[in-house]
Amino acid sequence: MKSLKTQKALQKILFYAGNTIIGIIFVSPLIWMISASLKPEAKIFANMNSIQTFVPEDASFDNFIEVFRRVDLMNVFENTITYILLILVFDLLINSICGYALAKFRFKGRKLILSFVVALMVMPMEAILLPMYIEMSQLGWVNSLPALVVPSIAKCFSIYMFYNFFKDIPDDLLEAASIDGSSPIRTFFSIVMPISKTVYATVFILDFVAHWNDFMWPFLIMTGKENRTIQLAVQSFFGTQPVHYSAIMASLVLSAIPMIVMFIFMQKYYVEGIASSGIKG
Amino acid sequence: MAKTEQMSGRKRDERIAGYVFSLPAVALLIAFLVVPIIYTVYYSVFQYQVMRPNDITFIGFENYHKLITDSDFWISLKNTFYFTIVVVPVQCTLALALAMLVSKKFKGVSVFRTMYFSPQLTSMVVIAVLWTVLYNSNPNTGLINALLVNLGLEPINFLTNERTAMNSIIFMSAWQGAGYQMMIFLAGLQGIPRDQYEAASVDGATPWQQFWFVTIPNLKGTIKYVIMITMIQAMKLFTQPYVMTQGGPRNSTKTMVYYIYTQGFQKGNFGYACSVAAVFFVIVVAMSLILQKITSEE
Repeated sequence: MKSLKTQKALQKILFYAGNTIIGIIFVSPLIWMISASLKPEAKIFANMNSIQTFVPEDASFDNFIEVFRRVDLMNVFENTITYILLILVFDLLINSICGYALAKFRFKGRKLILSFVVALMVMPMEAILLPMYIEMSQLGWVNSLPALVVPSIAKCFSIYMFYNFFKDIPDDLLEAASIDGSSPIRTFFSIVMPISKTVYATVFILDFVAHWNDFMWPFLIMTGKENRTIQLAVQSFFGTQPVHYSAIMASLVLSAIPMIVMFIFMQKYYVEGIASSGIKG
Repeated sequence: MAKTEQMSGRKRDERIAGYVFSLPAVALLIAFLVVPIIYTVYYSVFQYQVMRPNDITFIGFENYHKLITDSDFWISLKNTFYFTIVVVPVQCTLALALAMLVSKKFKGVSVFRTMYFSPQLTSMVVIAVLWTVLYNSNPNTGLINALLVNLGLEPINFLTNERTAMNSIIFMSAWQGAGYQMMIFLAGLQGIPRDQYEAASVDGATPWQQFWFVTIPNLKGTIKYVIMITMIQAMKLFTQPYVMTQGGPRNSTKTMVYYIYTQGFQKGNFGYACSVAAVFFVIVVAMSLILQKITSEE
């Protein structure tokens, strides 16, 4: 009996040890990044042979101040937040009503649209960058906000998420509303939307993260320095001589802060959104 | 009579509402997804230089002919496939292993989950910049080489040697991406009925047998989905080589999307780049169809 107990305890210790070691391997690059961002330039590569390299001596926020001095980061953050929020407002509205129509309304072409949405989900954006660029230049949108916003509003994946959620809303509820004289469109805004906060939160956080991380399209279309998004700023900061690692590390940390804040506040929806995509998909 | 009238009125309302609600999204998808797909194929049969926009001539399949003899194209194709074929099993297996480690409820489980997920909280650009520094071949500045030297090993020229550059990108990408797939696997694992494990354990199945005969069969749908999204993601590789190696050394990290970018946007060969893009598109769609077919036959 006792040996079984010790065996169990041993198993538990091994389990925690394994998780801890792997966990440390996963976070150590990020810890090093944060630590380096707090060190003066001369100290970043000073103690590479010891564990001390992960500990910021003489920690200060000087590097962060330096980044703000060298790059107009406020402008960069403003650009990024503006374009993402603009996308999201339209994204949540347009994709949700489309998903709702596909889930709850009977009309000719419904099945066709649905299969079209599902088929286009695997469509790689990278294959259509060239004609997209030409389209943008014909519209006169190159290097302007609409080029970042308008093509990114409709998303097959978001439509499908909304479709899956709305599908499960009981028809009785909608019928009751319609007997009370509510039109289908009004029913959606006054009854369906308020009870669907979870799916809106999920799509919001998934798309926010996706756009915050977006690199290739903004990189191709936003050529002006004053229009740069955060990822472009980070990338060009890294590519500019002379390379100041202290400032670079600070910029990396700064660009991650909004994501971390989002994660802390919306973790539940974010994780559930990722998870549910697998179950439904 | 009045009731049927009301019914048909409602049906009409619903039909109209259906069109009104789906129109904005469908119109945008057509304008910014379907039309560009068609134009990719269309431009691919033209000689179209960005510098000479008034001199667009139809040349049939000449771009595709050129493609077949273009060694840079074949290298980019090979590199893209190599990256995908290696990163998909590595990243998916890692993700599943991590999910198994944190699938049961125990004290501190959410801390470990967050640790494994944490690389996802930074963007690929950030990760690529950070790892370029970590991969530095000088052990006095590169953290990973410092570790290797401490362990008594030789330092490696991770990103400057053509034999290791792509593998270095693969390792980093799997580290960054596994947390995402882990979350999908976790949801899948939690959906497996407990009594199946209990029944297996009553029958004397070892944990390893339980994994093979209970976990894996129950997880099939999830595994299929995870492989699919990882594969599509992998085929689109661009940011990492752009930031870390600019396609080098000696073209060893030049991918298809990178080639589309250099041909179309750097050299201005729009027509030619569109033929590369069309091939890329066909490959991605074909691969997802094949994968779907293979996995649905069982």
